Amino acid sequence: MSDQAHAVPGGVRLAHHFDDLEQQHESAQLGMWAFMLTEIMFFGGLFLCYIVYRNLYPEAWQLASHQLNVLMGGVNTAVLICSSLTMALAIRTAQTGGGRIPQIGWLALTLLFGTAFLVIKTFEYKEKFEHGLIPGPSFIDPSGHAAAVFGAEVRHARIFFSLYFIMTGLHAFHMIVGIGMMFWTMRCSWKGYYTASNYDGLEMFGLYWHFVDIVWIFLFPLLYLLGAHATGGGGHH
Amino acid sequence: MSSHAATIRPGPERSDKPSYLTDGHTLKSWLLTVDHKRIAILYLAAITVFFSVGGLLALLIRAELFTPKGDLFDSDTYNKLFTLHGIVMIFFFLIPSIPATLGNFLIPIMIGAKDVAFPKINLLSWYVYMTGGSMAVLVIVLGGVDTGWTLYPPFSSTYSNTNVALTAMAAFVTGFSSILTGLNFMVTIHKMRAPGMTWFRLPLFIWAHYATSLVMLLGTPVIAITVLTMAIERVFHVGIFDPTAGGDPVLFQHMFWFYSHPAVYIMILPGMGVISEVIACFTRKRIFGYAFVAMSSLGIAIIGFIVWGHHMYVTGQSTYADIVFSILTYIVAVPSAIKTFNWTATMYKGSVSMDTPMVYAMCFMGLFLIGGLTGLFCANLGLDVHIHDTYFIVAHFHYVMVGSAMFAYLAGLHFWFPKITGRMYSEGPAKFGAIIIFIGFNLTFFPQFILGYLGMPRRYHFYPEEWQVLNVLSSAGAMTLGAGILLSMLNIGWAIVAGAKASANPWMAKGLEWENASSPPITANFDEAPIVTEEAYNYPAQLPSAAHH
Ligand SMILES: [Cu+2]
Repeated sequence: MSDQAHAVPGGVRLAHHFDDLEQQHESAQLGMWAFMLTEIMFFGGLFLCYIVYRNLYPEAWQLASHQLNVLMGGVNTAVLICSSLTMALAIRTAQTGGGRIPQIGWLALTLLFGTAFLVIKTFEYKEKFEHGLIPGPSFIDPSGHAAAVFGAEVRHARIFFSLYFIMTGLHAFHMIVGIGMMFWTMRCSWKGYYTASNYDGLEMFGLYWHFVDIVWIFLFPLLYLLGAHATGGGGHH
Repeated sequence: MSSHAATIRPGPERSDKPSYLTDGHTLKSWLLTVDHKRIAILYLAAITVFFSVGGLLALLIRAELFTPKGDLFDSDTYNKLFTLHGIVMIFFFLIPSIPATLGNFLIPIMIGAKDVAFPKINLLSWYVYMTGGSMAVLVIVLGGVDTGWTLYPPFSSTYSNTNVALTAMAAFVTGFSSILTGLNFMVTIHKMRAPGMTWFRLPLFIWAHYATSLVMLLGTPVIAITVLTMAIERVFHVGIFDPTAGGDPVLFQHMFWFYSHPAVYIMILPGMGVISEVIACFTRKRIFGYAFVAMSSLGIAIIGFIVWGHHMYVTGQSTYADIVFSILTYIVAVPSAIKTFNWTATMYKGSVSMDTPMVYAMCFMGLFLIGGLTGLFCANLGLDVHIHDTYFIVAHFHYVMVGSAMFAYLAGLHFWFPKITGRMYSEGPAKFGAIIIFIGFNLTFFPQFILGYLGMPRRYHFYPEEWQVLNVLSSAGAMTLGAGILLSMLNIGWAIVAGAKASANPWMAKGLEWENASSPPITANFDEAPIVTEEAYNYPAQLPSAAHH
């Protein structure tokens, strides 16, 4: 066995320290799943904070949840689910031996959905800024908008919005990283690295993308919908 | 040598391929290397710097405590000294110490692989570590931090006027180097083993690192998000843990200790792996109860995740939680006890030879026994109220962190020194250094048990005059300990430049790193890919006492 990385058909390279492509593939997969486990623990800390404070301050949670824009959040959920679909189709294209043009096409669509999510999210953040729902010191200003909305619960509502911004912000950060990696993946796709026999890089990136989507699937009901449900009859906007 | 199946191979002849040390001499060939052995050396260099800084800070603390009054520093400076000592030693020395150096160097060789599974990520982890380390240095340059290493809010998030956010981010960034190392080890051990290297033929060093990697992967992200959230609260004044904002500071403590108790096992498990290797070699025996020792590493890693509440008996958490955490803490001591009993049983009727690594290993066993058993004192719900936040706790965790983890680190450095450098150190000064360190260590920390029991709180700058005798003993011990470490470092440093050339297997030890790799190993580790046909530590029976050197 040569010590140098050697090319195999289709452009996928076997790194110098692996015996064969199968070992390389299994390592990449295990590594990716383990990485996602660390991501779960990372977001898990925030979900813990969410649960603890929701139990401590249920009224504030309900009131604050009402202030979120369910329409924008809902549309964004749909956008992300679509992006997961196009991502899966990109992988399936590689898997079934589809050429690089259809691969890049699906990836470009995924990129489009990802960007759309961030644009909508930006508008949502902007709305919160305009309504004075930024959880800084001004939030608890007695003459401010938040004090008028939340009354005695304003301090606790601020914790909700702190967690809202940290959780969705961290999620958005993962989206931005994903979009950065998307360009790299498209470049590899263009070079013809991903074939039916080996499409490791594309598959690993897909796992990451789906993971980030799933985080949102948890964030959306916990942040946007729980309050709406708790109001009882006719609680929908 | 026995003519039966069990033999010890003296190791390969010197390979005609360049060793990892001579394969490239430019700075770039080091800074952009993806060779796990060179990355281990990069880590070793950086860690040694941080260890020296942390040690110097400890000496300053003990110098101050020679007298009951604050003579050398004002109280603010004193607070910064013990905070920085803790942060530097824990995040920048103890956590990466054995895994990032010995683990990085040895894991691929011990399992018969050419490298770790993700060599580039391995290099990335070093740069991440250096970034976090630079931030920590910046904290020191900018005037330090005074919250204690535990960074408890609301003091950290609201009231402290020092560089808390930067410290939190230094810990945050460094955490990712630990995650990347753990990820690499876990995948490497799963997927890169040589033909024949089954799970129950793995050296116990590997089992220990496998358990460690699980803790790194599952625990570190939690401390990362915890300190990040605290830093966000501090910088943007958003109110998450601050009680005046409706926040719950005890929640921070739960999240902090969810990582920071298991982190103790990140620091000690690799050390236990080293001790298993050293004891097997210098008693010429298979480790007694191999499977129990291997599984006890996993047991420690798993149970270690559900005992964190024992740091919080006095926070007002529920009594039922207290009771459960107390019971679980007693239980987590069991796998550690299993290891200690098995090491002792291994030595029984073994051909024990007292070379330097074995001297350190013997010290480890005694000190770990004290460190572990005093941990049970602290796990006790009643007694802990008396000794909580006193010097008793300080003494307890230093017996584990220094008396055990650091001694194991030194045992490992001496044991694998010939493999890593291709040279031998001089045995006399090495052994002498070990004994000075042992004496200095006990003189430093044993009096602290008594001080703590008498009620001296930790982190205090002043103390009543009647405690001066014990404090002077402790401070004198610290100076002795410092001198012993300096002596050992000089001895090793001298051996790196001028030590006699070592053979491939100078201890006549079992293991792929000794029997199949040259000293120092070639870049690809082995001339021929090894095939494993025997269990670990298959020492020939009735071997006359160690025929090494
Ligand atoms: Cu603990």
